[in-house]
Amino acid sequence: MKTCLVVDDSSVVRKIARRILEELDFQITEAEDGEQALEVCKAAMPTAVLLDWNMPVMDGYEFLGHLRRLPGGDAPKVVFCTTENGMDHISRALHAGANEYIMKPFDKDIVTAKFQEVGLVALTEQCPI
Amino acid sequence: MTPPDYEYLRKLLKDHSGLDLSADKQYLIESRLLPLSRKCGVSGIGELVQKMKGGSLSIVAQVVEAMTTNETFFFRDKVPFEHFRDTIMPELLKARASRKSIRIWCAAGSTGQEPYSLAMSLKEMGTALAGWRIEIIATDLSQEVLEKSKSGIYSQFEVQRGLPIQLLVKYFKQNGELWQISPELRGMVQHRQLNLLHDFSQLGTFDVIFCRNVLIYFDQDTKINIFGRLARAMEGDGFLVLGAAETVVGLTDVFKPFPDKRGLYRPSGARAASPQGGTLMPKIAAMAGR
Repeated sequence: MKTCLVVDDSSVVRKIARRILEELDFQITEAEDGEQALEVCKAAMPTAVLLDWNMPVMDGYEFLGHLRRLPGGDAPKVVFCTTENGMDHISRALHAGANEYIMKPFDKDIVTAKFQEVGLVALTEQCPI
Repeated sequence: MTPPDYEYLRKLLKDHSGLDLSADKQYLIESRLLPLSRKCGVSGIGELVQKMKGGSLSIVAQVVEAMTTNETFFFRDKVPFEHFRDTIMPELLKARASRKSIRIWCAAGSTGQEPYSLAMSLKEMGTALAGWRIEIIATDLSQEVLEKSKSGIYSQFEVQRGLPIQLLVKYFKQNGELWQISPELRGMVQHRQLNLLHDFSQLGTFDVIFCRNVLIYFDQDTKINIFGRLARAMEGDGFLVLGAAETVVGLTDVFKPFPDKRGLYRPSGARAASPQGGTLMPKIAAMAGR
């Protein structure tokens, strides 16, 4: 079973992300900030993490640094999902070990495409008419 | 939409673009032409049809354009680009080693995602292509989409469909909510307006032709005709890439499937029956007013 940890301080965003990712066959756990997310990962590494940047207590960037230093912490595919849409943030995230990056606002097509990029969702070919 | 209006549009689209709509595509027409009627300031499809019957060539051109323009995205379907990187280019690097030049045609280049995906794939091959001259020609029926392709400017939504983030960072520059592909990549793609129903022999001979998701619009005879002319525009050891829902099988023997590579075809060496002058409907001024 593929698992995805959804980390966002907005319960609305978590709910939307959960619905989309469940349709893509992920089992979902949620966390409201980086610290909570780290606890979840220490208990059991998820297959993927959908990660907000700006959150109270511990932000997504700091979480990623800690995650990648945990035993087995290089395994989860980390997909940022944030309103920090500048090239500088994207580059920093990639340097810190993020696998993909979603610029908010997002929808089902974008989430699907990005999880295809990291190899966790099979490709669907689309017929134009 | 009234049945006579639907029939009128079907015939018009068939004559002007080869688009062959079956009897049940009302929804497709409505989804494309209602936004256009708003843009033109008319009440609906009925009034659009009236204007075309009254001789408005600019409306005809816009209707054809709206019906034949498709959503596309970077590295669409992925597999064809893997074929390009892993099969087509390695073979051509050997076969063209003395000539050191490769010509690629995107026959439905649309808003540029496909030709620029090929350009990025080539850049990613790095020094293997040092000293090679590689041309990418992107053609499309629609001048409007070609202009967008030339600009290389995409929305935040468009750059998040199919484009790996590493390639976005590497090859695009951000300008607010918009992203523009680098001048170097834009310089790798040439743009030409072209209706596939018309003669395209002036484009010359190609090593690779991407012709994806465009032939599905045409009826069988038109497809056969276009395959024949594509084969004549291709080197004997070239490659044809079709869309996921398309095939030559059962239509023509001028191309044969490449074993185990779905969507990939090569010329068979068989000659197609040659229509005079090479065009299907030379007299139709397809995109009237252009």
